[in-house]
Amino acid sequence: MSPNLVLVVVVGVLFAAGVTLLLERNLTRVILGITMLGNGVNLLILLGGAYGGPPIVGVTPEPKMGDPLTQAMILTAIVITLGMTAFLLAMAYRSWLLTGHDNVQDDVEDRRIMRRAERDEGLEDEDTADTADTPELSRDGGPR
Amino acid sequence: MTWLVPLPVIMPLLGAAVTLLLRRRPVLQRAVSVLVLSATLVVAVLLLASTATGAPLTVAVGGWAAPLGIVLVADRLAALMLVVSAAVTLCVLVYSIGQGMADGDDAVPVAVYHPAYLILTAGVTNAFLAGDLFNLYVGFEILLAASYVLITIGATRSRIRTGTTYVVVSLLSSLIFLTAIGLIYAATGTLNLAQLAGRLDALPDSLQLGLQSMLLLAFGIKAAVFPLSAWLPDSYPTAIAPVTAVFAGLLTKVGVYAIIRTQTLLFPDGPAGGVLLVAALLTMIVGILGAVAQSDIKRLLSFTLVSHIGYMLFGIGLASSAGLSGAIFYVVHHIVVQTTLFLAAGLIERRGGTTTLDRLGGLARLAPVLGVLFFVPALNLAGIPPFSGFLGKLGLLQAGVDAGGTLAWVLVAGSVVTSLLTLYAIGRVWNLAFWRTPHASMPADGGARAGRALPRMMVGATLALVVLGTGLTVVSGPLFDLTSRAATELRERQPYVHAVFGEVP
Repeated sequence: MSPNLVLVVVVGVLFAAGVTLLLERNLTRVILGITMLGNGVNLLILLGGAYGGPPIVGVTPEPKMGDPLTQAMILTAIVITLGMTAFLLAMAYRSWLLTGHDNVQDDVEDRRIMRRAERDEGLEDEDTADTADTPELSRDGGPR
Repeated sequence: MTWLVPLPVIMPLLGAAVTLLLRRRPVLQRAVSVLVLSATLVVAVLLLASTATGAPLTVAVGGWAAPLGIVLVADRLAALMLVVSAAVTLCVLVYSIGQGMADGDDAVPVAVYHPAYLILTAGVTNAFLAGDLFNLYVGFEILLAASYVLITIGATRSRIRTGTTYVVVSLLSSLIFLTAIGLIYAATGTLNLAQLAGRLDALPDSLQLGLQSMLLLAFGIKAAVFPLSAWLPDSYPTAIAPVTAVFAGLLTKVGVYAIIRTQTLLFPDGPAGGVLLVAALLTMIVGILGAVAQSDIKRLLSFTLVSHIGYMLFGIGLASSAGLSGAIFYVVHHIVVQTTLFLAAGLIERRGGTTTLDRLGGLARLAPVLGVLFFVPALNLAGIPPFSGFLGKLGLLQAGVDAGGTLAWVLVAGSVVTSLLTLYAIGRVWNLAFWRTPHASMPADGGARAGRALPRMMVGATLALVVLGTGLTVVSGPLFDLTSRAATELRERQPYVHAVFGEVP
């Protein structure tokens, strides 16, 4: 069994494109990236099995049979990836309904630290400090 | 007894189908869920009773023999994890039913909650019982798919935002796992764990290292090991309380379980032990420093969750019987305690209207029961004697001292520091939320929603887990016995391999 060069190259390209898309902020592109990565992985699994004719007794002599196990695994993986992609698409749509975009947003901690950094800079420059701080003070200080 | 082995997977799956059909009959739906999970608990206990002294039980699914077909294997470790997870999921289910009834969503129940919850359970049990890598992957995917639904339930703005992070990170880890599976299959021609145990040894060291690191990377994301843990404290706290509790208790531990299983069975003398120890140290320290800096109880608890994963890794990284035994004991303890704390946090949110420490206060006087429910597991988490947290840490420290070497000693020191900092973080929550005089904005005797009396069912379920967590101290002798026998079984490898291939040792 020798690896098929075309398949190897295709796997490489799919992984590279998938990773690049996964690094995007936009959820739709992330979904495309995951689809590509998923397909790349499937081809990779295919590469791991023996190459040959249909593995049916009586159709192909035994030494020339392809490996059915890899194909069974890929079938399972395809089904799983399909389900996950559908879920992600639903989330992207929901995100678009709620916020008008489907960008992946920063987490709470990041935003808090960014705000703190802005405020520290703002202390030196009072004009910006006022505009930047007002909404935050009213939010945190309101119920007190 | 072998016919019992597939039941923990099959019953929740069938239960999920039934509850989905019963979506317009909430009372029946709840009854079915509780019944199914109780039955799962009974089966798990029977499995543990059988494997505790005997050989592992195996079932070849569909009648296909071991290397080609799918096998389910219940050895001591798997059976122990099944018992703990079944007990915890049952308690959390009762809690969530209590919450649902108290909130009066009888009329419009979230129909998908019960089916998703049962499928989550099936995924967890499938991962514990899986006898080959691909089935382990399927188990992970089942539980992840259910967890995506549960973490975004209601689809509010914040849940969609955090759910996105969670789903994308989980998908990435699954893809890494699947890649590793493809490469392992290409290198060895099998995915059956028992068969891999023999074949991987024959591979060159560099290839082994590559495969081992890929698996560790995939499981490390799922188990929230630093530096792969950033997603956890951000995504867990926004979900509803019972969901956060069961995620915190179980899902990361499935990752830890997978690490234990693959490290002991596939790479017993693998070169990555030192890396695991360093990761353990960083996980502990960075996690607990994050916890100290938080002002929200749920986020704080999420960080302690990350931090205490480090203890388990510490035991696994030592790769000695004592270390593994300590790690397994710690997993059992931590599943129970962390779940309890998140359930208690849910009760705090109900009573105080918020989980932000800035606005809570005086809960010890307003709700003394709640105080007990939080205080006992909190001390347990921090490792105050005589609780099981102390015993688990003691076992790990002992194993670390026995192992010797600079790195092990550094980790022993790190564990002690982490334990103290956990006590500090938990003590801060206690002082601010429970001890100080009530805040002006606190609902004293009843706001519109927040000040409502705590539903009995929710308190009862939390109390059951508190008792379970405290009870671990009482049974710690036999439990340590069991974990050390499980660790020996894991280290020997042969009982597992023999059981899978049906050979008499």
